[in-house]
Amino acid sequence: MKKRFACLFLALMLAFGAAASAESVKVGLIAPLTGEVAVYGNAVKEAVQLYIDDFNAADHPFDINLIIYDDKGDPTEAMNAYNKLVYQDDIAVLLGPVTSSPTFGVAEASVDDGIPALTPTATHPDVTTYGNNFFRACFEDPFQGGSMAKFASSELKATTAAIIYNNADTYSIGLRDAFMKTAEEVGLTVTTTEAYGASDIDFRAQLTNIIKTNPDVLFIPYYYNVTYMICSQARELGYTGTFLGVDGTDGVLAIEGADVSVFDGMYFANHYSADSDSPVTQAFIKEYTDKYGATPNALAALGYDGAMIVCDALERVNNDGVKIDGESSYEAIIEALRATEVDGVTGHITFDENNNPIKTLSIIQIKDGAYHFYMNY
Amino acid sequence: MTRMEKRIFKTTWSRYLLNTLATAALITVLMVLVDTKQINKYNQGLLIQIGFNIILAVSLNLSAGFLGQLPLGHAGFMSVGAYTAALFTKGVNLPQSVAFPLGVLVGAFVAFLFGILIGLPALRLKGDYLAIITLGFSEIIRVIIQNLDFTGGAAGLRKIPKYTTVGWTIFWVVVTLFLICTLIKSRHGRAILSIREDEIAAEASGVSTTYYKVTTFALSAAFAGVAGALYAHYMRILDPAYFDFMKSAEILVMVVLGGMGSIIGSVFAATVLTLLPEWLRDLAALPFFTTLPAWVGKVIENRMIIYALILVLVMIFKPSGLFGRYDFSLGKELDRVFRGIRRLLGLDKRSGKPSKGGEN
Repeated sequence: MKKRFACLFLALMLAFGAAASAESVKVGLIAPLTGEVAVYGNAVKEAVQLYIDDFNAADHPFDINLIIYDDKGDPTEAMNAYNKLVYQDDIAVLLGPVTSSPTFGVAEASVDDGIPALTPTATHPDVTTYGNNFFRACFEDPFQGGSMAKFASSELKATTAAIIYNNADTYSIGLRDAFMKTAEEVGLTVTTTEAYGASDIDFRAQLTNIIKTNPDVLFIPYYYNVTYMICSQARELGYTGTFLGVDGTDGVLAIEGADVSVFDGMYFANHYSADSDSPVTQAFIKEYTDKYGATPNALAALGYDGAMIVCDALERVNNDGVKIDGESSYEAIIEALRATEVDGVTGHITFDENNNPIKTLSIIQIKDGAYHFYMNY
Repeated sequence: MTRMEKRIFKTTWSRYLLNTLATAALITVLMVLVDTKQINKYNQGLLIQIGFNIILAVSLNLSAGFLGQLPLGHAGFMSVGAYTAALFTKGVNLPQSVAFPLGVLVGAFVAFLFGILIGLPALRLKGDYLAIITLGFSEIIRVIIQNLDFTGGAAGLRKIPKYTTVGWTIFWVVVTLFLICTLIKSRHGRAILSIREDEIAAEASGVSTTYYKVTTFALSAAFAGVAGALYAHYMRILDPAYFDFMKSAEILVMVVLGGMGSIIGSVFAATVLTLLPEWLRDLAALPFFTTLPAWVGKVIENRMIIYALILVLVMIFKPSGLFGRYDFSLGKELDRVFRGIRRLLGLDKRSGKPSKGGEN
């Protein structure tokens, strides 16, 4: 019985494996659709799907066949997904992965294969350093960490700052370093840096130390759920200064049952602002909200831009008369990606010589329980 | 099996010969398939993962199934082996064919030392207490790695050379299986088994329980180090967060599912559980499932739910694991086949009678 089931199962797998469509360009997407960071993966997936559906509905010389695999935020799974996309599905170009830690392994493997790849959202600086085939659509951590320090000094007229960061997380540590480096350059005194561990939920000990030094601003380089805990505990202990956040802060207002008043007056760096008056941004927000019933977050915006950059490059390669077919077109697509110039949701995007986008970041202010676009920086 | 019966693979050397030939044949077939690109890189990657998962499961089985002590910190030893081997191959300037096997051995050796270091205090405890203390130690190892500079800290160790190939993985799997199987069948193996059955009786019979417990535990750690070294040179990036409690639990699931005390069980469970997420990925993409509500696909794709479900079912219907304590012997199975053939041809005099007590 078991054997029969196994045979049937295998036969089904083979049958469906062979039935993939032919006359289209295959684009692979690796994103965490389940697991701890599923929120990010699904936002990217939905946005990419949105762009590709529009692309296929419009009149183009080729269709895009989007193949999506889940990496669960796990480096090993991401590697399997990558191998499957490249060696089994013969994709032309890869989108993803979404979070930094699975991206390292994939980036390194992709350099050996020379396949054009673009991560919409991995902000770690090292991601694009392995080879010239790997691009990204978002800004890097040092850029936003440094910008926040500059912003605090020149716009908020702060003279002292403290940092509370996660010492088991690359993202958090990278931002702390960037903030401290720039703070020194602009004359902002960092009174103290306090660390916490990966699964901590009580930050009162660290916050008490911080409050003792009474800094003008408190920099919190981490994701929204922990940021909420830190902000509410800091206010509870009587801290009255300004909170500064990063792109991971986006989402704090969506936490169920949260007391959003603790965020009042907080500033954070983000990839885009929903208030922006750019027509591309407004069209994207309208379409996304119509389809999925929620305002897109920054990851969705980056996913949309990632898909746009890739489709734009594929189109130019196709117009040049190059046949897009697995390995033979890798070089041409990489060249096309490098020459990218598009107006995306997150701004005007071109790539520098290290395959990182040249663009501005948006500073968002939280006021009365809502995000407000403050300035481009 | 009665003494009268004819057995071809009766002597130890004939079984060794048979097993060597069978292993050589398997390796040759696999290597030819890899060389002629019949197995693409995706499937090669899966083969490598099956390989190091087999080593992990079988080595944990050595202490959990054969020694009867249940540790929960196997991922800790795996991380020690992985980091040591990776730092070694990154640091030395040797050709790949020398650096990699040396690196694996160094990784195994350091993991062995850690096994002794942790085994000495930990093995004074039993049962739940042992599980908790080993879990604690593996967390300590992880946190230390996370805070050291030369291991790359929380950012992980990167730019590790890609040395792990299908060939090397098979080699280390064979070495592990051979050493552990022969160990279990040896005089020392019987001492180990006696500790599992009854520690007090074993001690009363003159078995040095501390010596055997610590050595076996450390050997199990050393093989976990081998698996870690293979993992490091396959993934090329080591993230300390990967070696957490969940990883240890995952290895334990393989052992429990296959059967504590069954090598073939561990091999089988490691293979199935490595392939399962990939199968589920394909299954969820089938047209039939895409018509169902989205959460059905998510449940199917979520490995942990399926793991838990399988484990619950196995524990209800076969608490000793799929294979219990059964172990596979190629010689014995072949003899059984030949006996069946002889019976069919009427060559065996006792063909009419079913053999009583034929098992063992």
